[in-house]
Amino acid sequence: MEKVVIIGNGISGVTATRHIRKNSEKELLIISAETEHFYSRTALMYVFMGHMRYQDIKPYEDWFWSKNRIELMFDYVEHIDTDNKQLDMASGQQVSYDTLIVAVGSKSNKFGWPGQELDGVQGLYSWQDLELLEENVKEAKRAVIVGGGLIGVELAEMLHTRDVKVTVLVRESEFWGNVLPKEEGMLVTRHLRDDHHVDLRLETELDEILDDGNGRVKGVKTKSGEIIDCQIVGLTPGVSPNIDFLKSSNIEVNRGVLVNHYFETNIPDVYSIGDCAEFKNPVEGRRNLEQVWYTGRMHGETVAQTICGNKMTYQPGPWFNSAKFMDIEYQTYGMVLNKPKDNEDEFYWEHKNGKICLHLRWDKDSDVFTGLNVFGIRLRHELFDKWLREGAKIEEILSELKTANFDPEFYDHYEEEIIEKFNGEKQRNVKIKPKKWWLKLLKS
Amino acid sequence: MKTLKYIGLFIFLIGFGLLTATPFIGSYTLTDKIMQENLSEYELEVLGDAYRKDIVGKTYETSFGISQDLMKPYKVKNEEFRSNEQWDKLLHTPPKDFAFKIAKASSNGFIANNGWLIVFLTFGLGIIGSLMYIFPNIKLMGHPGIKNDGIYHSSMQSRGWLGFLMASWFISLYIMLYFYPHWIVSMTNVVDPLKGLFIEGAGASQWFLYGLLYTVAMTVMGIRMIIKYRHNKYQIFRTCSVIFFQVVFAFMLVEILPIFNLPAMDLKNAWPLDYDFLFDWNVQAHFAAGTIGRFMFFWGIALSLVLIPLFAYIYGKRWYCSWVCGCGGLAETLGDPYRQLSNKKMWAWKLERWLVHGVLVFAIIMTIFAGYHTYNVLNNPQMDQKDILLGISAYDIRSWYGFAIGAIFAGVVGTGFYPIFGNRVWCRFGCPLAAYLGIVQRFKSRFRITTNGGQCISCGNCSTYCEQGIDVKAYAQRGQNIIRASCVGCGVCSAVCPRGVLKLENGPEEGRFGNDGPIVLGNEGFSLKDHQGE
Repeated sequence: MEKVVIIGNGISGVTATRHIRKNSEKELLIISAETEHFYSRTALMYVFMGHMRYQDIKPYEDWFWSKNRIELMFDYVEHIDTDNKQLDMASGQQVSYDTLIVAVGSKSNKFGWPGQELDGVQGLYSWQDLELLEENVKEAKRAVIVGGGLIGVELAEMLHTRDVKVTVLVRESEFWGNVLPKEEGMLVTRHLRDDHHVDLRLETELDEILDDGNGRVKGVKTKSGEIIDCQIVGLTPGVSPNIDFLKSSNIEVNRGVLVNHYFETNIPDVYSIGDCAEFKNPVEGRRNLEQVWYTGRMHGETVAQTICGNKMTYQPGPWFNSAKFMDIEYQTYGMVLNKPKDNEDEFYWEHKNGKICLHLRWDKDSDVFTGLNVFGIRLRHELFDKWLREGAKIEEILSELKTANFDPEFYDHYEEEIIEKFNGEKQRNVKIKPKKWWLKLLKS
Repeated sequence: MKTLKYIGLFIFLIGFGLLTATPFIGSYTLTDKIMQENLSEYELEVLGDAYRKDIVGKTYETSFGISQDLMKPYKVKNEEFRSNEQWDKLLHTPPKDFAFKIAKASSNGFIANNGWLIVFLTFGLGIIGSLMYIFPNIKLMGHPGIKNDGIYHSSMQSRGWLGFLMASWFISLYIMLYFYPHWIVSMTNVVDPLKGLFIEGAGASQWFLYGLLYTVAMTVMGIRMIIKYRHNKYQIFRTCSVIFFQVVFAFMLVEILPIFNLPAMDLKNAWPLDYDFLFDWNVQAHFAAGTIGRFMFFWGIALSLVLIPLFAYIYGKRWYCSWVCGCGGLAETLGDPYRQLSNKKMWAWKLERWLVHGVLVFAIIMTIFAGYHTYNVLNNPQMDQKDILLGISAYDIRSWYGFAIGAIFAGVVGTGFYPIFGNRVWCRFGCPLAAYLGIVQRFKSRFRITTNGGQCISCGNCSTYCEQGIDVKAYAQRGQNIIRASCVGCGVCSAVCPRGVLKLENGPEEGRFGNDGPIVLGNEGFSLKDHQGE
């Protein structure tokens, strides 16, 4: 029986494993050095905040693995010998494979700041990071977080629940400015500052992390020379592929493990998926490193087909993503860059409370909708997926906004207000259609 | 603000502590006059001498003490009659109820004599204190949003010692309400002045005390629920609705209807949850109350057989279980802090299906026996053994059901164990009406929880905060809709979802189950399958 070994028990590796099992009787082994079972990385924060326990963030009960004949190994792969198809484990044992999937995820970026190895300085990615944070928070009154992205906000929210005052240093002039348009960045900034009293400092760069003399952090110095006392420094300026252990192997790497659209590496029978995979040629309109939950899942779904004999290229549908900034939910459908492309027109609506907004983009010439960001309103993924695939026009989408709403029942609606503003600003005459059953719209 | 909160807690604890201590505060003296007034002629004949000799004029400090002495001769006499086979002479009132009634009539002491002052010191301080504890949350909890911080660090909410202490309190209360009401006579004396608002001079039974505690707890904790979820209108409306139905239908109307010589019926309580609906005394009470009484009887039938399944078809079982029902209402308010404690494991789901449907079958069988008996009572007054069907007495089945399901399952286990097993133990594992609604919801309903395409991140918040123990994410992470018989549509899964993945909605049955998996929306390499087999 062919033996497939999967290194990494995150969403990518586990999805690939599950789908291989659905389509074959191959022998399956998942190796992880992080936790014995798969857990949802995106839920780490909730464990720290006391919303859930470790067992609550495991997507499958522990019996799931043996029932599906998936073997689990809690060990660390030190070296991959692709010539002999063998893995050398930290425990000293060796594991052979016929097919290998490298799905080892990321590690937190550290940009060589002086003091970045001090005690109390950490990222937030793994279960071990969470355990470390539990230790570090014990004596902490104040923390400095470096990098304003999703994980930075999560870390700020987590620390707030333990009464730690948080300062966030953001290098750019807008919050998450390399991803979010300016308006959204400001909305999040206001929410963090005004509603949650986060000391968010834009255009502030870390210079060095200060040692208290015992190898523990006592503060940070910014590029402008200001010193901020703190007991925790959270480094959250993004993540990069966790591939140091591959350097001794024949597998070709750049920033990540280099793969083609079948997730094949340069070595036959070795695949790589998820955060750690780097496309030699990215799928059109997408990045060559895809480091979100949803893409990891799609990588896993796809590579399982190839491994089971149904060779399939990676064909992601329209981009989508979501997040939550403290109390404000964010969804995005289609590709919305921080600045509109040359061919794009855009429209931005914000509720007068400054916490709800909708940002639309479309092609200037053809009117074809290209994407949206939405904060504080939930929208239907299926409908936007359909509209993006079919090249629906901006006016059609706006007119069906009521049907596309996914908020809970009885919530306030803003569709009319949005369209009124749109018509006024863009000299158009979109008429809003009454809400209809969304599946009818989906199938039409 | 924090100070105010802690002062509130302190005041609450005084009121709560005082109420808890009432069984040990009191004074009971049976006088000849009280005896004449409260015992029937026959009871006086049987027990009068024994009571005059040992009890009359003696002052007891607890109702426990006096009722022990009241019950002793009562039981001795009944034993005597039994051994002499003098069946017609047996005293029929259950001893606990008899002792309760006489002890209640004999109360004097501090509590019985200080009416409204005691109401204030117990219920008053309890309510004021808890509101002082709750209201500062508007400020202290910060910006509106999901407020689950620290739940699993809290002893009260994660089966710590406080949780077990609270459970012991609830369980003790239920045991005393159902089986030892004569121990808590002075607790019922506390609320006599309130009972007097409805019927002057009437003493409060343990059930009036329970109803009042229930209603107060639901209202106060309902306010807490509304503040906690103040960003979510579904939760606000739903909470207001359950409080309304409790206050007006389950409490006020039940007290007011008898004033107009109508049966004390909770008009929203539907069979089979209302399991004594077809009992002879209930049907007789309705028929004795003229046209309105008859209407109320037929309303009960229509509610169970027409409105329940019809609305469950249109809106799912939520219209009843989390918008109207009293048991559901208590679970959603008093029980909200414990919702995360429900068991999400597969074995618990299996157990649930056996138990809840088992109780439904039991309820139906019991009702057939009770209905047969009632029919005979009404139509065959000459018949012997009206209660015997297939050699089994309807009385026996009724009392088995009342004890095992009505008292132990619904009360002691269902509510007493909130802090251990979560707030919907009864609704999930025991309620026959929930089972009935659930069958409709599962097989013939427009309700579903829609999963928003591929947006689920398997974080587990929905499953954790599902009071019914549904592993919601197991469906959501596959892109499937959630259609489960046990879902009461509380909407909390949708509220706690950080990615806007879940929406409770009603719509055409076609395509109700959504994506059949295993592929989730977003991957163009595959086409999705829905349950129509597309």
